[in-house]
Amino acid sequence: MKLQEIIKEENLVYKRTPLMTDNVLSYCPGCGHGTAHRIVMEVIEEMGVQDDTIGIAPVGCSVLAYDFMNIDMVQAAHGRAPAVATGIKRTWPDKFVFTYQGDGDLAAIGTAETIHACNRGENITIIFINNGIYGMTGGQMAPTTIEGMKTSTSPYGRDLQLMGNPLKITELVAQLPGTYFVARHSVHNPAAVRKTKRAVQKAFQIQKERKGLAFIEIVSNCNSGWKLPPVKANQWMVENMFPFFPPGDIKVDGELVKKE
Amino acid sequence: MGELKLMKGNEAIAEAAIREGVDAYFGYPITPQSEVLEYLMAEQPEKRTGMVVLQAESELAAINMVYGAAAVGKKVLTTSSSPGISLYQEGISYIAGAELPCVIANVVRGGPGLGTIQPSQADYFQTVKGGGHGDYKLFTLAPSSVQEMADFVSLGFEIAFKYRTPVMILSDGMIGQMMEKVELKEQKPRWTDEEIKKMHDKWATIGKTPDRERNIITSLNLDSAIQEKHNHKLQAKFRKMEAEEVRYELFNTDDAEYLMVAYGSSARIAQKSIALARAKGIKVGLLRPITLFPFPEKPLADLTPQLKGILSVELSAGQMIEDVKLAVQCKVRVEHYGRFGGMIHSPEEVLTAFEQTFIGK
Amino acid sequence: MAKVIGAIVVDTERCKGCEVCVASCPMQVIELSKEVNGKGYHFAYMAQPDACIGCANCAIVCPDGVITVYKVNKRA
Repeated sequence: MKLQEIIKEENLVYKRTPLMTDNVLSYCPGCGHGTAHRIVMEVIEEMGVQDDTIGIAPVGCSVLAYDFMNIDMVQAAHGRAPAVATGIKRTWPDKFVFTYQGDGDLAAIGTAETIHACNRGENITIIFINNGIYGMTGGQMAPTTIEGMKTSTSPYGRDLQLMGNPLKITELVAQLPGTYFVARHSVHNPAAVRKTKRAVQKAFQIQKERKGLAFIEIVSNCNSGWKLPPVKANQWMVENMFPFFPPGDIKVDGELVKKE
Repeated sequence: MGELKLMKGNEAIAEAAIREGVDAYFGYPITPQSEVLEYLMAEQPEKRTGMVVLQAESELAAINMVYGAAAVGKKVLTTSSSPGISLYQEGISYIAGAELPCVIANVVRGGPGLGTIQPSQADYFQTVKGGGHGDYKLFTLAPSSVQEMADFVSLGFEIAFKYRTPVMILSDGMIGQMMEKVELKEQKPRWTDEEIKKMHDKWATIGKTPDRERNIITSLNLDSAIQEKHNHKLQAKFRKMEAEEVRYELFNTDDAEYLMVAYGSSARIAQKSIALARAKGIKVGLLRPITLFPFPEKPLADLTPQLKGILSVELSAGQMIEDVKLAVQCKVRVEHYGRFGGMIHSPEEVLTAFEQTFIGK
Repeated sequence: MAKVIGAIVVDTERCKGCEVCVASCPMQVIELSKEVNGKGYHFAYMAQPDACIGCANCAIVCPDGVITVYKVNKRA
């Protein structure tokens, strides 16, 4: 069969959602941000709620998320996205509101806003990208930098005595009564992408049903910050990040998932 | 005539907000303005008008909740006092940069630092000279009565939406805490979602419909040429405010040889001082700026030729005096008098200071 | 027996050559080209087009969303 016979509209099985703009992503080659953006936009497209969705972009690499997501978006001050989302959702409860935040934004400078929005059970969706590093500012240590990991501000590796422990904020928010669904996933291979997408679908469905806050961590790579080529970075992530940040559901239907 | 009530300034601003049809109030307790949140929580405005009231976990969160609600075209109010307003500054800068409308009230207390909980006007610089980072101006209304605390809610939102800009009501612990007769306006209905869409769909992030491009609320422009252009746009707005929105009041200025300039609670004290001075045959008048930005420069300059001296009377170490001096351009002597750190000057103290400064006794 | 035949189209100018698609292809269809695009990236292409089954794995892991996938079910 000739290629021209296959490449026809009626044979189409996958193309980029029109909810991603035509702007070329500003992210480094292989960065998980692009995949995470696309998953969220696919879910919004499939639910048909583009007209009623407002996204909140953080400070960090995804500060320009509004250049790529073809929906109404608000750019928030560093760490304040959950408060901004609260202001929108409380005054316009029919809208779908999500924040898209990195680890520095959500788990360092914005810890208070994160914890309290989760604890109040704001009916929003939080997408948390954890790559263990500050990408935008050039690879400094993040609250989620794992022990021994080298960054520009932990050049000899994270020393727990000196720099404190990496923060498992996802496990932390799962303890709060306001969170209804808490999960950790990744976007480094097709199976992981499919799982993440199902989690995001579930999160938006929970918001639709006004059941509470859904919080999805996506453990991701930072090839530039980690100084690894993309595929090797993904391997490093599986081998080093997953033992500390294991993927899977943490809280489902308001109940903590029991560990076997 | 509207309903008359005896109220604290803090209660008046809260009741006025409900009657203005404000959509949301976000705040965090701090003395001397906690009655605003207390009044609203007790009044349950969600039952009266559907207004949302939420106690935030911090001032940082409160001002960013304001940012969010303002981004979707809602009328949103917050209040705080000096140390809390310092925490608001980041948010105010973002709100100004992103061109969002909102009303913020500062019931000022003595500083710096934790300072005191008594009245002060020492946040003048913070309010009109920047406060947060970047080139922006904060439209500022200075109430001198409980009535104005109430009235400036409506006026504040009118300005805020006309210019898509944050508006500050710069009050103080005296106006916030004292009780006075206040005439309350009739209840205005809150804007419906449809009305908001009709009025603000050009900019508000209320959902991208197929008939328009997406709306983005941001203060970020990585391209500095675009950011400069954006700054020019902001500056043009501030110039328009200076040309069209100056508000002030004059007392006994027709024959005045001397002038006091005072705003807010200090203006009320100065007004009494002037009565005492007039009784002694001293021809002194008062200019009360109602807008601090834009400052009533022209009316002040216009009065200057007839004046021998100006006393800037403030509950601070002398802040507004800088704007008074700029307005009169060295054509007349300008001096400052004021108690501060939470202390309040009496009319007699002001008169004595005035006489010592300008009459020489 | 039904044979699935697939094909991908890579938006070569937007491809950043990260190779995540290469690692995700179960049929080893994709490789990076020797040439570079306008940005200087070695872009992905179908090196073994006959082996493509149109599973879309490459497209769903592509961070830049540059891959479009087509598939036909053909009777042998």
